Amino acid sequence: MNHYDAVIIGAGHNGLTNAAYLAKAGLDVLVVEKNDYIGGAAVSRELHEGWVYSSCSYVCSMMRQSLHRDLDLSRHGLMLVPYLGTINFADNGDTLSSYHSEEAAYNELKRISRHDADAMFRLQADLTRYSQVIRKTLLRTPPDPASFKPRDIHELLFLAKEFWSLGEKELYEYIRFFTLSAADFLDEYFETDIVKTSMAGAGIIGTALGVYSPGSSYILLHHVMGDVDGSIGAWGLARGGMGAISEAIASALKSYGGEIRTNAGVERVLVKGGKATGVVLENGDIISADIVVSNLDARRTFTKIMEKDDLPPGIYEKAQNYKIRGSSGKVNIALSGLPKFTNVPDNPYVNRGGQAFSGSMETMERAYDCWKRGTWSDDPFIESVIPSAWDPTVAPPGMHWMSNFIQYCPPELADGPWTPEKRDQFGQTVIDKIERYSPGFKDLIVHMEVRTPWEIEQEVGLTEGNIFQGELTIDQLLFNRPFPGFAQYRMPIKNMYMCGSSTHPGGGVSSACGANAAREILMDLRRPNTVPQDDCYDE
Amino acid sequence: MIVTMNSFDLATEKPKPSHFQPRLDELNIKEAWSAWNGYKFAEYYYEVEYEYFCVRNLCGTYDICPMQKYFISGADAERMLNRMVTRDVTKMKNGRVSYVLWCTDEGRLIDDGTIFRLGDEEFMLTCGSPSTAWLKKSCVGFDNLTIRDRSDDYAGLALQGPTSCAVLKKMGLTGIENAKPFTIHHFDFGGKPLMVSRTGFTGDLGYELWIDAEHAVEMWDALYAAGQDYGIHPFGEQATNMLRLEAGFIMPGYEFNEALKTVHFEFDQTPFELNLGWMVDFKKPHFNGRSALVEEARRGPKYTLTKLDIEGNKPADGSFIYNSKRCTTDIGYVTSAMWSPVVKSNIALAMIETPYLNGELWAEINYEKELRQFHKVARCKIQDAPFWSPERARLTPPSDF
Repeated sequence: MNHYDAVIIGAGHNGLTNAAYLAKAGLDVLVVEKNDYIGGAAVSRELHEGWVYSSCSYVCSMMRQSLHRDLDLSRHGLMLVPYLGTINFADNGDTLSSYHSEEAAYNELKRISRHDADAMFRLQADLTRYSQVIRKTLLRTPPDPASFKPRDIHELLFLAKEFWSLGEKELYEYIRFFTLSAADFLDEYFETDIVKTSMAGAGIIGTALGVYSPGSSYILLHHVMGDVDGSIGAWGLARGGMGAISEAIASALKSYGGEIRTNAGVERVLVKGGKATGVVLENGDIISADIVVSNLDARRTFTKIMEKDDLPPGIYEKAQNYKIRGSSGKVNIALSGLPKFTNVPDNPYVNRGGQAFSGSMETMERAYDCWKRGTWSDDPFIESVIPSAWDPTVAPPGMHWMSNFIQYCPPELADGPWTPEKRDQFGQTVIDKIERYSPGFKDLIVHMEVRTPWEIEQEVGLTEGNIFQGELTIDQLLFNRPFPGFAQYRMPIKNMYMCGSSTHPGGGVSSACGANAAREILMDLRRPNTVPQDDCYDE
Repeated sequence: MIVTMNSFDLATEKPKPSHFQPRLDELNIKEAWSAWNGYKFAEYYYEVEYEYFCVRNLCGTYDICPMQKYFISGADAERMLNRMVTRDVTKMKNGRVSYVLWCTDEGRLIDDGTIFRLGDEEFMLTCGSPSTAWLKKSCVGFDNLTIRDRSDDYAGLALQGPTSCAVLKKMGLTGIENAKPFTIHHFDFGGKPLMVSRTGFTGDLGYELWIDAEHAVEMWDALYAAGQDYGIHPFGEQATNMLRLEAGFIMPGYEFNEALKTVHFEFDQTPFELNLGWMVDFKKPHFNGRSALVEEARRGPKYTLTKLDIEGNKPADGSFIYNSKRCTTDIGYVTSAMWSPVVKSNIALAMIETPYLNGELWAEINYEKELRQFHKVARCKIQDAPFWSPERARLTPPSDF
């Protein structure tokens, strides 16, 4: 059959979530995927026998609990396991462990600075307060501030009420917070560089901003507002790798009768008389559909798979100017043993969780300077995690795999495009840096996958390899995401929608974009809503 | 007057060390101890949720030394047990384990436990509370048997979780992967007999290891050496309580009040009330509580223990259950409740008056936010299957993870 009620382009986790909700509501849906595997950036791949890499995204805290529960993803095989403790490594050899238990965390901070140990309580309270407001918007469609529709007014009032509930002083602080840099924000709390750097990494991950760039404080919040089972700020691993999330959603989708077709890249979205009518695949197949949903980023959707002439004036340009700069790389390493790090207690609760090689605030900023000059950072910020220390399914017993996220890595180099040689040099920079903190690390390496923004774009389809499908700065958040006037998942072409991280609430493996888009589609079709609107954590 | 206290006076006040105590002490870094049957017993070692996840994701050990272990042997052993418990012991083959209940003459539950059939005339009965007096009563009329209480000299350690079989293989227990659920296997552990049963209290893949107390630490060390690459970690009472609730298992002090310790009339429970009617075998000859249970089976239990999936995520600890959202008539009460991290559901066990099971069920949930008290009314859905029941718990041979 080549006609569907809805065709969804891209089997990333948001596309699958969108399709699952449409199928649950009784629609006949098809997800088309260009790769021969599903998952997009939430994927598990065995590139070396015995090791399963989460090639792109690697940890999870944004996944909406109410969607997980509603789609019964546990029954479909998904288990999210919280992991403990990240160690922060400073240039001078000092370390700071973020222990899971409050007493241990406090004692560790006190070792560095009594002042900062106390100040951490205030930071955590403030971040939790900020998080709780934002979290309430995650599963809601942003209001259109220029609309007089009752629903938009209602949603605007909802937002206003949530913000006003903070009290006058905190409201001022919050508004200011959105425009601050991570460094300025942290300066208001802490005295010591290592405590600041341990928090500042969250402000730059995935973003072409530095720790001193305005707007990076929101990125920090975006990274700490997730939770695992209601414990805000906690991070989890998907048992079996991040692909387990996509596989579970796909299984839910199939249980509702939905279909997935792999090796089915989309050449063009078909538009007739201002309405989307289906897609043409790269192999020439035509799939007609009443509704077309793009899970691709906004730039790719409007400049790669649509005819410029099919778009209303200005949209193509908006998409061209959509801020989606690639800034990160990923190095996945199979190891023959658990690496030991200098200056770290041999404590299974901390030295097996995560590592952040952040150096200092200045080192992080200098890493950003490299990106601006079109080179990869020679002393990069690396956020690592060793999932195999917690997940028995991703490496042989006693062996490990280490996920390394690197900030910064440009989508194109100043001296020309990426080549395999340059990619390998970039990888070498990363393992050289880790070796500094873990002598003998290189001897443990069994296999390595180095991914620059170029590889990420080629394989996953994220423009410039931007992990958020567009930067999370205030000009591209909430009712501005992806463009003002088009933040409610409906695109300028009739019957066409977007459901990826280019839409509210943005990047992260949350499934919220896909679910919110499904709610809007069902509303347009006058079908009963099947999508949860609220998360119940913070009631 | 100066009051002095010497250590002798306090000796009985102190919990006894477990047979694994030297190792437990090293691992219980939070010093979170309570006591069970006089033994020092860990509430948790590091963090409850962490230990819980070790069992669901890797594997964990749980000290069951404080469990009561009675060795009952002799020509009358089978007949005695068969008269005491509600299931048919004569159907048990050698080398099998059976979960059993025993009741008063009025059919009220005294305790639950497990019977290990070690031979034609040899059994081990394990249970949570000391039962010497009741066992003696149960022997009336049976002369050809002896009961040996080995609670203090036989060590038990549960190993539970998806990697548990892989750990035992690594430990050198050849063929353990062929052990089916509820079977017993004997191994030579450096010349000492080691008994392993595929049993547990977590609803997951798991085993229990049994050895003479003097070899307990040596066995622990061998197990932990084997488990190093499989995430082995101890778990305490609080994690156990989460795990057993997900599996839908009952716990004394939560779902039932032991009949012999119950003061108020019918404040104890019957097997039917606990939804364990399937464990009462009326086809076998007379057993304790039979006639009362026949009568109850006929008229139906007053209450029924029910698994609930409750909307929202606030655990319904101590909640009343009502038959309407208005909460005017209470029809039951929650016995155990939690947010289940693996099922991602707000789960509970509740005792509900049987006639109301077909109607609406609402729980009034109290919760706290920064010292302020709140309450909400949440709809409850009855769930028939256990909340957590992975295939690996039943598979033979199980996978390595």
